[in-house]
Amino acid sequence: MTTHIGPHPTRRLILQGAVTVALIGLGNLPYAPARAAANDKYPEEAFKQKSEADAIKALYGKTAEPSDKVKLDAPEIAENGAVVPISVTTTLDKVTSISFFVAENPNALAASYKIPDGTMPVVANRLKMAKTTNVVAIVEADGKLFSAAKEVKVTVGGCGG
Amino acid sequence: MAIRRRDFLKGSAVAAVSLGLPRLARSAEAASIYDIERFGNARILHLTDTHAQLNPVYFREPGVNIGIGEMAGRPPHLVARAFLERFGIRPDSADAYAFTCVEFEKSAARFGRLGGFAHLKTLIDRLRNDVGEKRAVLVDGGDLWQGTGLANVMQGRDMVEVANLLGIEAMTGHWEFTYGEEVLRENLAHFKGEFLAQNVFLTEEAAFNDAPAFDKATGRVFKPSIIKELGGHRVAIIGQAFPYVPIAHPKRFTPNWSFGIREEELQKHVDALRGNDKVDAVILLSHNGMDVDLKLASRVTGINVILGGHTHDAVPQPILVKNAGGTTLVTNAGSNGKFLGVLDLALDKGKVGDIRYHLLPVYSELLKPDPAMADLIGKLRAQHVTDWSEKIATPDRLLYRRDNFAGPVDELICAALRTELNAEIALSPGFRWGLTALSGQPLTMEDVLAETAISYPETYVQEMTGAQIKDVLEDVCDNLFNTDPYYQQGGDMVRAGGLSYACSPSNAIGNRISELKLANGKSLSANRHYKVAGWASVNAQQGAPVWDVLGKYLRSGRMMPERLGTGVTLKGVDGNPGIAG
Repeated sequence: MTTHIGPHPTRRLILQGAVTVALIGLGNLPYAPARAAANDKYPEEAFKQKSEADAIKALYGKTAEPSDKVKLDAPEIAENGAVVPISVTTTLDKVTSISFFVAENPNALAASYKIPDGTMPVVANRLKMAKTTNVVAIVEADGKLFSAAKEVKVTVGGCGG
Repeated sequence: MAIRRRDFLKGSAVAAVSLGLPRLARSAEAASIYDIERFGNARILHLTDTHAQLNPVYFREPGVNIGIGEMAGRPPHLVARAFLERFGIRPDSADAYAFTCVEFEKSAARFGRLGGFAHLKTLIDRLRNDVGEKRAVLVDGGDLWQGTGLANVMQGRDMVEVANLLGIEAMTGHWEFTYGEEVLRENLAHFKGEFLAQNVFLTEEAAFNDAPAFDKATGRVFKPSIIKELGGHRVAIIGQAFPYVPIAHPKRFTPNWSFGIREEELQKHVDALRGNDKVDAVILLSHNGMDVDLKLASRVTGINVILGGHTHDAVPQPILVKNAGGTTLVTNAGSNGKFLGVLDLALDKGKVGDIRYHLLPVYSELLKPDPAMADLIGKLRAQHVTDWSEKIATPDRLLYRRDNFAGPVDELICAALRTELNAEIALSPGFRWGLTALSGQPLTMEDVLAETAISYPETYVQEMTGAQIKDVLEDVCDNLFNTDPYYQQGGDMVRAGGLSYACSPSNAIGNRISELKLANGKSLSANRHYKVAGWASVNAQQGAPVWDVLGKYLRSGRMMPERLGTGVTLKGVDGNPGIAG
């Protein structure tokens, strides 16, 4: 397994804390070798998309259905919008990738991880968020997409009683 | 003031609840409202949000406490008559005075002040002695160390001494954190009880740098719980600190710590206490706020009772909440030392048979102050209080803070900020602590400090655009009225001076605030810049402390400007029982 930091290290998102990482499997994926070869590339188009729906389409070419087997852990209210800790675990089988989207960030796709066969599907990340919005986690399992979402509030703070 | 014992006896309806049974009202012939029928084998006494009020106080409960969504019309979002009806309290009784704002001024003259630690000490000792040795424990839900000028200059140390004499065995915190980590740890070194917080963890950076923590493996900064032997059974008490300390207050006070509700960690801890430690009961000592506690009770299993605070709701009966594992009772025990929660448990092996709960108003005129505590309070106050005893103004109306949108105390603070700092608009935080002052009774600097004493009191003046001002109002309003309680922080709406607006609490964020107008009636323009004064900023500020600004304004002989009303027009909440009729 190799780790590629995306080709645009000057992107503000990367610099200011939202670690945009793509973990790319080394092929040998049993179900679709042709697809795996295509996915070895950095998903440049997907990272460029503004909206969550467009980014999901560009990355996967299909839509996700909500699933309670995807567990997204994120704070209700961010202590620091620049570094919001999130994590995903899932009980789904045959997981091949996990991706994070922040609906109202300038570019919705924050990170996408390839999960090689035999790897535990557990991923933690930190997101930079400018304002209150949904964080969406997508798990690709057995060729299908499953999602979980949570609103994370980014507040100006203060005035607590 | 004459003690009108007969008024108390006739009016008192101390609520008691037995699971599944209707409320038990005490008869008028009862010898004392503090004679509680013996029940069960363990007693937990619960204080919360006393805000360091050493002496008895006047404190008017809210006339506006709106609930939205599922929270509409259910406790704690009932005020005045709706509250009295829900809990079966007679309108002209002492309890009506203690629990609601109904005829507050008239009743204040009749029933006097509530609370005071010397009076609490007498009551607590009595309730402990009633059940005998090793059957009672006293816990505090936090906001014990802040709220007075004395607590502020002593950084809470006065309250640690008081807590030790009172015999508090476990506490959790909120404002305690606003003195910073060093002071907090120093105070806790002198505290004889345990400070509990299952939901405070080292940040990743702090853990990496080997910052001190109770449990390095989990990163928990404080001990999460204690197990107390009561009546021959094992009772676990878990602490839940205010989940949003670094958001509601300057982050610089707690840079190494991360908070949050931490439901999952809580569930694991409850399961471990039940599975490994074989406790017979689990109590959560919570500073979440009542709406958060009610939601948490529906999702986390294995907790028998949540003893709640933070939102200052004096709720006479526990609320029963069903969850996947059974039922959890949720209480909230008011503020300022006005009330003492008494939880009696009939414990059995591995379970709680039955529960009774009383929320006792602490009528200072019915309780003899404990001499040792009175001495300690006198000694603690002696150093500073003479400096603050000068009479600086006499209010021409009842001064109180607590209401969702506005109150005369904050109108006065906003008027002082606008006048003294020469600003068009003033913003003042919607705190829920701060005392009530009766019309015609002189105010001292000590009274001013009881409305303002925090560790970040600096005022500011800054330029803000109309759009920025609206964003601030929307943001704070969502902290009150988000339909998901986990997104609420538990304070009231930021107070605005020189600015009126309409508010639709039922709408979503961004769509609640409209019709913003300056004092001269002109509409606020989104792009224009306005001079805004305020205090209690989460960013470091350099201006004079707000108590000096308010003190100067009051000394100049000015009182309130012409009554403008609240300046807030409510929309879409007609008939909500969280608004006094």
